[in-house]
Amino acid sequence: MNQQKHCKKHGRIIFTKAMKKTHKLLMPNMLPIHFELIKNILRQEGYDCDLLKSSGSNIVKMGLENVHNDTCYPCLLVVGQFIDALESGKYDKNKTALLITQTGGGCRASNYIHLLRKALKRAGYPQVPVISVNLSGLEKNPGFKLSFRLIKKLASALMYGDMLMLLENQTKPHEQNKGDAEKLTSHWIKKMASQYKNSTGFGKKIMSENFEKIVKDYSEIKIKKTPKVKVGIVGEIYVKYSPLANNNLQKFLEDEGVEVVVPGIMDFIIFKVDNRIVDIDIYGGSKIKRLVCVLFKKYLENIQNIFIQAIKKSGRFSPPSPFEKIKADVGPYIGYGAKMGEGWLLTAEMIELIKSKTENIVCAQPFGCLPNHIVGKGMVRAITKENPNANIVCVDYDPGATRVNQENRIKLMLSTAKERFNEKSHT
Amino acid sequence: MLEKTNFKIGLDVGSTTIKCVVLKDDEIIFKSYQRHKAMVKEKSIELLTKIYDEILKNSKAHIAITGSSGMGISKDSGLKFVQEVYATKIAAQKSHSDVDVIIELGGEDAKILFLSGAVEVRMNGSCAGGTGAFIDQMAILLGTSLQEFDKLSLNYEKLYTIASRCGVFAKSDVQPLINQGAQKKDLAASIFQAVVNQTIGGLAQGREITGKVMFLGGPLTFFKGLRERFVDSLNLTEETAIFPKDSEYFVALGAAEYSKQTADPVDLSAAIENLKKAKQMKSNSNLRPLFKNKDEYEKFLNRQNKIDISFKDISEYTGNAYLGIDAGSTTTKIVLITEDNEMLYSKYISNEGEIIPIILESLKEIYSKIYESSEKIKIASSAVTGYGESLIKNAFSLDHGIVETVAHFAAAKYFLPDVDFIIDIGGQDIKCFKLKMGAIDSIMLNEACSSGCGSFLETFATALGYSVSEFANKGLFAKSPVDLGSRCTVFMNSSVKQAQKDGATIEDISAGLSISIVKNAIYKVIRAKSPKDLGEKIVVQGGTFLNDAVLRAFEQELGVDVIRTPISGLMGAYGCALYAKSHASKKSSIATPNELQNFSHTVTSTTCKNCPNNCRLTINRFKDNNIFVSGNKCDRYNNSSSSKTKYNMVEYIYNKLINLPKKFGKRKRIGIPMVLNMYENLPFWTAFFENLGFEVLLSPRSSRDLYITGQHTIPSDTVCYPAKLVHGHIEALVKMGVEWIFYPCMTYNFNEHCGDNHYNCPVVAYYPEIIKSNVKLFPNQTLIMDYIGIDRPEFFEKFAFKIFSKYFDIDKKSIKKATSAAYDEYKKYKQDLKNYAYKAIKHSSENNINIIVLAGRPYHVDPEINHGIDKLISSYGVSVLTSSGVVSDIGQKVETNVLNQWTYHARLYAAAHEVLKHKNMNLIQLVSFGCGVDAITTDEVREILESNNKLYTQIKIDEIDNLGATKIRIRSLLAAIEERNNSEKIQPIDK
Repeated sequence: MNQQKHCKKHGRIIFTKAMKKTHKLLMPNMLPIHFELIKNILRQEGYDCDLLKSSGSNIVKMGLENVHNDTCYPCLLVVGQFIDALESGKYDKNKTALLITQTGGGCRASNYIHLLRKALKRAGYPQVPVISVNLSGLEKNPGFKLSFRLIKKLASALMYGDMLMLLENQTKPHEQNKGDAEKLTSHWIKKMASQYKNSTGFGKKIMSENFEKIVKDYSEIKIKKTPKVKVGIVGEIYVKYSPLANNNLQKFLEDEGVEVVVPGIMDFIIFKVDNRIVDIDIYGGSKIKRLVCVLFKKYLENIQNIFIQAIKKSGRFSPPSPFEKIKADVGPYIGYGAKMGEGWLLTAEMIELIKSKTENIVCAQPFGCLPNHIVGKGMVRAITKENPNANIVCVDYDPGATRVNQENRIKLMLSTAKERFNEKSHT
Repeated sequence: MLEKTNFKIGLDVGSTTIKCVVLKDDEIIFKSYQRHKAMVKEKSIELLTKIYDEILKNSKAHIAITGSSGMGISKDSGLKFVQEVYATKIAAQKSHSDVDVIIELGGEDAKILFLSGAVEVRMNGSCAGGTGAFIDQMAILLGTSLQEFDKLSLNYEKLYTIASRCGVFAKSDVQPLINQGAQKKDLAASIFQAVVNQTIGGLAQGREITGKVMFLGGPLTFFKGLRERFVDSLNLTEETAIFPKDSEYFVALGAAEYSKQTADPVDLSAAIENLKKAKQMKSNSNLRPLFKNKDEYEKFLNRQNKIDISFKDISEYTGNAYLGIDAGSTTTKIVLITEDNEMLYSKYISNEGEIIPIILESLKEIYSKIYESSEKIKIASSAVTGYGESLIKNAFSLDHGIVETVAHFAAAKYFLPDVDFIIDIGGQDIKCFKLKMGAIDSIMLNEACSSGCGSFLETFATALGYSVSEFANKGLFAKSPVDLGSRCTVFMNSSVKQAQKDGATIEDISAGLSISIVKNAIYKVIRAKSPKDLGEKIVVQGGTFLNDAVLRAFEQELGVDVIRTPISGLMGAYGCALYAKSHASKKSSIATPNELQNFSHTVTSTTCKNCPNNCRLTINRFKDNNIFVSGNKCDRYNNSSSSKTKYNMVEYIYNKLINLPKKFGKRKRIGIPMVLNMYENLPFWTAFFENLGFEVLLSPRSSRDLYITGQHTIPSDTVCYPAKLVHGHIEALVKMGVEWIFYPCMTYNFNEHCGDNHYNCPVVAYYPEIIKSNVKLFPNQTLIMDYIGIDRPEFFEKFAFKIFSKYFDIDKKSIKKATSAAYDEYKKYKQDLKNYAYKAIKHSSENNINIIVLAGRPYHVDPEINHGIDKLISSYGVSVLTSSGVVSDIGQKVETNVLNQWTYHARLYAAAHEVLKHKNMNLIQLVSFGCGVDAITTDEVREILESNNKLYTQIKIDEIDNLGATKIRIRSLLAAIEERNNSEKIQPIDK
């Protein structure tokens, strides 16, 4: 216990190389499929790592007790979930470390890690190290290093995650044998784990092969295609994806007989890289830094293209649009300088959904989310003016908001959606 | 063909009522409207059974269920559900096909439905109250019946500004007006107007309400006054305002219509059986019961009853007596005590609108009792506290007016000399304070958003048809209290809805509500984690704690036994009496019995024209020509204060900024809105544009009216008030006809090197995007909202040319010149502020004057945003500085426990460190409601100050234009500072 090292500057506990062997790493769950893949990668890298899948009212309670109540809901939940896990007795509090991402943008989210540390102190776990996962060089830990190779692996996991999520969402509402799609997804999660174990699966070539195999497997699932109302989910990234935060929004929509469209996370990653280029373009900065970003962006777009081609070939599934296209489409609505939080990408996802005939949209955000005032709620008027068929509902999530209110608002959106759907299918 | 039926049924289960219509061949043959008192399932079964037995008599019918509490009934019965707004739309289109907009106000919901053009629906989000329940609440507050309330409103003379966003806010606007003697008829109309503003501003969110408007729902059916306000505000005519017949049944009618269109007829008896069989859903609550059994309750009562106070019969006492009055927000408390602190007389009265007559009666009663006891008693001193303090003190010539916190502390000390924490939950406020070394150490008041306090319990009890104590007591032995969360009342309302849907009993809801109030206090206001955070000796008081259920919930939540005094509701008044006793002079100034006999009181209102604030004044005239004016933001009418200080930096900055533009120019006019970051960057931009030969025009002073002109284009109702004000400023510039409006997007601010980065917050950075997408300009007007960085001059020059040459014929050379002029001017401006602060600090220290640093954002100098807090502080003889003024060493990084990445917030931390260096300096942090970033900064600033033994005070500000609660804070802070100075126990901090 006394071997803990503290960072000289801020006094935070450093995650040492020795801890890699002794400590269990806990990570929050945002995207169920993606994060499962990531967990497997980290395990193979030698980290003893667990994905937190807990739910229940104690998480909110722990969050409320340990962070400022006006802090955004995702922060409250992530902190609450960590502390709930530490209190559960399942983990040795002297041999557990926490993993959390840190973006470093102008949004409050960059502060989650600090609020988590404050909360740990309050809750009586000052000895638990917190590891920042970031690409901006914000905080460093000798026991947890993001090598280029690991970054590539993680990026590939996000790609696979996007692919599995997209295909599952497009298959599930139509499958003849309930459960086929989900079964196939877990099959591929396992398969990827073994590929990663053999140090493969993340090169461009093998990814291309895997993509085609995955698409082929899904194409073989027996379906009965009946037209269905489509609803897209966009929003603040954690609330958009995490069932814990959005009260199982996807399941609720599926139970209403809807086909759910959830834009993947790859665009968000490319968006973050793109921001750095745009920043230099509009405010000035290093040309070399710009070039590095451009190259990294190209690499990512290249993979995205392979991804799209694989889906296109199937004939059964609709692929997402390439990053540059959705970026171009949002141009008339909002500036590319709007980069905090989900920035212009959130608006772009709404436009992309509408253009690809998913006109019904739930925009999910934490109550009082600052960027969302601008890029979410703030853009709805302009979007509906240009696209009269857009049917958008903005829903706030926070510890006090109740499900009945949220569902009521969503049901209203669905009533309009279903009415239009029936009108269309009659004509 | 056997399936054919001519019956259609619509069942509308709302949050408080259940409405039902049965149609036969499109004709209404049965309708019913009743309150369900939370017994949703029982009432539905009763109603459906009645319809089945008496009307349908075995035939099938089309039926659909709707309403916010209807979802559960639909699930349990298997009957079709239709979303209520959608049902409304169907009904409206059937009866009036040419309607453009529908406005519907219900018990707790407000909706606008736009039918023409793109069909759109707006419902009140999770943060909007102003609805039927709100009007009920206000009528109770005024002590009138709903009918009378409506009638009064029709004869109004003037409208007061009442915050329209949420019921809780409005309440804290109305209460002080009542206490200040505003007239009921004006208040009633103002409350209706607030509902209208809320609907137009909050709900319509950028879409204008035009064409034929249909009004629906209970409140709009029953209140003529409300209808009038709507018709007036929307400029409607008899033609364009539609008030349909049976409007309260409209939603049910829509459901009935929907059932015909979409569903086969069903056999109602089966559905009724399903409903009866449906299990009471166990609410998944993990809350303990308050009391397991009667035994436990007895023990609890015995413990609480041990704490005692002695009473003395007024007829048996001889000697001096001391009077204490607590003119609270919803109740008035009066006590008279003896030389030995025994209680001679006490009274606890609900205000019911007007406060002066209540106190007049009580004083007369006291005097007559004294008279009966042959005048052996003399009132030797008197004191008053509470919202009505200054009015009452003036009206009855009382000796002392003290701040509430001081009064409560005096009383608590009497029961528990070493008390270290006091919490008071009153009608609509929670006050708590920590005590250290015999002085008030920190004060926590509920922020305007979370006042889920006593009056909420009252309103809820009333809505369900119970008295408060009856309702609260129901929860004592509840088996599984419902978990209702710990947020503001509006949230609790919908939590209750959810609980009702889940089939929770009234007992469980009652207990859950008591627990919720307590949690609200602990987690929202105090933010405590463990009892240790509060202290060991805790005194609870305030009317709400008179309910055993609330007290028990508090003890359970904290896990400690606390003391409730036997005069829990009277503590403020008792404290006043104790204070009066210890501060008695030779003779009390209190009005004599004779004076009371001739007492008269008239109220008039007017608008002050002495400064651009145009405060609405309420003038109270008393018989002896004593005049008391309230409503003013300045100290013009406060007879006592002459101590105004020389230095008020907030005022200085504001005046300096608005006088910056030189108001001439060879070229075109360019308009700049005085909003958000412009309060900091204006010197830069003015110099830049004037150097280029532009005439710079600023938008006018912020005001309530300016805000309202832009209200209809605000897309997010939860964004901060300073951001909402932007819309009004832009509208003003548009109307001024300027050709260019300059309002750039800025991710980054100036880099002052105090933090890890120099961002603007997302709202400040990108608000121009909102303007671009939501505000209409004239065709000849251009909004220049490009992304610009001002942190690096060399890049600025380059990009400025790129940007401005798009709009104007401009060469590189003049941009270069303008750039250096802009940076020079900004530097000069900052230097000037520094000089001012230096002088102010020097002067104050030499003359023993306290300094308060009003730390916030640059735009907090706008008087419409800070509501004159700076002037209020200054009126107590304190110098006022801003955070940008005191930060002397810009460039020195401040170490923090959080990521310090916003320019304005970095200044906050730096200012807090600066405050530590000066003994006579304290800090008040101004926080705009809804500012997400401040959830991070407030804790950090508090830590910096408190770990160095300084007091921390935070004031949350919003559109509420009332300084009542703020005064309490500031006076308490000043009282605490004085105590500290007197006790001399604190070592001066040298750094």
